[in-house]
Amino acid sequence: MSTLTYREALREGMRAALAADERVFLMGEDVGLYGGCFAVSLGLLEEFGPERILDTPLSESAFVGAGIGAALAGQRPIVEIMTVNFSLLALDQILNNAATMSHMSGGQFHVPLVIRMTTGAGRQLAAQHSHSLEAWYAHIPGLRVVTPATVADAAGMLLTALEDPDPVLIFEHGGLFSLSGSCPMAPCPLTWTRQPSCDRVTTSPSLAMAQGCTRAWRWQHRWPTPWTWRSSTSAPCVRWTRRRCSRSVGRTGRLVVVEEGWRSGGIGAELAARAAEHAFWDLDAPVERVATAEVPIPYAKHLEDAALPSVQDVTEAVRRVMQ
Amino acid sequence: MTTELSAVDPDTTRRLLHQMLRIRRFEERCVELYSTWRIRGFLHLYIGEEAVATGVIDHLRSDDSVVATYREHGHGLARGLSMRSILAEMYGRQEGCSRGRGGSMHLFDAATNFYGGNAIVAAGLPVAVGLALAAKRTGSDALTACFFGEGAVAEGEFHESLNLATLWDLPVLFCCENNLYAMGTPLASSESDPDIALKASGYGMAAWPVDGMDVLAVHHAAARAIATVRAGEGPVLLELRTYRFRAHSMYDPERYRDSEEVQRWRERDPIDALVAHLRERDELDDDALGAMEAEVSAEIDDAVTYAEAGTLEPVEDLERFVYTEGSSAAIQPQVSR
Ligand SMILES: Cc1ncc(C[n+]2csc(CCOP(=O)(O)OP(=O)(O)O)c2C)c(N)n1
Repeated sequence: MSTLTYREALREGMRAALAADERVFLMGEDVGLYGGCFAVSLGLLEEFGPERILDTPLSESAFVGAGIGAALAGQRPIVEIMTVNFSLLALDQILNNAATMSHMSGGQFHVPLVIRMTTGAGRQLAAQHSHSLEAWYAHIPGLRVVTPATVADAAGMLLTALEDPDPVLIFEHGGLFSLSGSCPMAPCPLTWTRQPSCDRVTTSPSLAMAQGCTRAWRWQHRWPTPWTWRSSTSAPCVRWTRRRCSRSVGRTGRLVVVEEGWRSGGIGAELAARAAEHAFWDLDAPVERVATAEVPIPYAKHLEDAALPSVQDVTEAVRRVMQ
Repeated sequence: MTTELSAVDPDTTRRLLHQMLRIRRFEERCVELYSTWRIRGFLHLYIGEEAVATGVIDHLRSDDSVVATYREHGHGLARGLSMRSILAEMYGRQEGCSRGRGGSMHLFDAATNFYGGNAIVAAGLPVAVGLALAAKRTGSDALTACFFGEGAVAEGEFHESLNLATLWDLPVLFCCENNLYAMGTPLASSESDPDIALKASGYGMAAWPVDGMDVLAVHHAAARAIATVRAGEGPVLLELRTYRFRAHSMYDPERYRDSEEVQRWRERDPIDALVAHLRERDELDDDALGAMEAEVSAEIDDAVTYAEAGTLEPVEDLERFVYTEGSSAAIQPQVSR
């Protein structure tokens, strides 16, 4: 198993898919000549040529829609949108076409489309470049939303997504591209439960999760029985089943949900509601949510830091549930 | 410089030179400040393109409005935002023009009708149309100057906005800053027909290309365009052909263009060209240029001092301004005439 960065894992995942299946192609802004705005697709144009790696104009709605059309016709497009912020220009296509087509056509048509985009804040890019809208997309039936938080997931989830007959949105956190780790380069389930030894932060998408995982070990020795239900997918909304929910909550009787994203209507809200529905009698303390402050993300570093969930916020939340 | 344009009076020409120098030297200092971590986030430089904002904005009245992109330091300076408030903004200080909440990409200033600082490509165009609609509805002859890159031409919002502005005869001056590349995408890979002025003509508005490296040509074209717009004859689009000398943002491997091409354009540096023009006509000597540079340099030093001394907004205020504080936007009863 090789050690790769998150960025390389995404690239290797795409390369494997491109090599394996002629129907796979990549399109998006600056994915070819420029090598991708975060250098994810660097070298793919040279390797696979302009028929497979398509640079698009700044036309999010048109090229996402074109991805839908190509998928309907049996291709396996990977569409890269530079960042989630710009996916809003393609929201109509994603919601009204990609998400509805299968159901609306009575099951006749399918959209096996993978859309990759960068998400998240933390780099002082201010209010129009720092969104975390995973929860929004997760609200929509017909879409699958995944937020790989490890190097292995970056490649694995992409490969799984390409096997999915329905549209999958992959959110890649901008703070994770240089993360390195081992990468088996194998499809992995979109719902992902990991070893219960790592941390007690119950679930936290993407960067919040990766940080939770590396930093939370500090608390490990202070409280007994940590149980992590690490989620890398919006599928908790769909797949955090009664049994899973009560099993993970039942383990400690406590739930802290950490997410980068606004609190109201967030993924954390959904998970907390599920816990109340399915594991109410297992809970020994109120559920705690740690989320982004409800402001457009400010530029100034101290304000941005204050807006985002911090290790200290998590520590305090854990302390409160353990009291 | 073309002979037709050399008739511009020397005071105007020197004013334009001074403005371009302010923008150029300011951004050169910003690069240094970025490398010492005083400025963070994205920093998109306008170096090479100064003639565009300078030549157009010089004509604007105080009641006109400006909408710009994330590459807008030059537009802000030309519009009259103080260098202090712009730099303090990039420092993330509360003395900044957006209180440190916007940074380089989101300069705003109500006092000069400077509506940003928009970092979503093409998102400023519909807003400009609305500002112009408001002017028309209130019977004012103020206009809105809307700046955007040629990359925006591929977005639906460009086309929807041009159509609406022409359909409703709205006073918008669309200024397309065609620097040939949208990040790493050359115009020819992005437009089926790269003639942007022609596209705009298709919507029924006057539109023509202008040499954006020649500030006098820009100044001249803008005067004509603005006269048309103010006369209520609907929008005009200027395609200002220019070039970005630096990376798209601070870091950019520039795999999409070769250094000879950049060098060829650098030979057309709008500041050098104007200095040469003035010298040729004996309207600028070394002393005068030196004095101008010194003045600009002092202004920048002062702005740096100001920004360094700036203060951080208290973290307790984080959630301010998400909604409007204080005032009400209640419907006003009609005053009977
Ligand atoms: C809708 C949208 N898509 C993509 C981006 C990312 N992006 C920022 S600037 C840029 C290039 C824009 O080029 P152009 O409009 O020509 O302006 P220039 O940067 O050359 O001034 C891109 C692709 C964005 N900000 N907004």
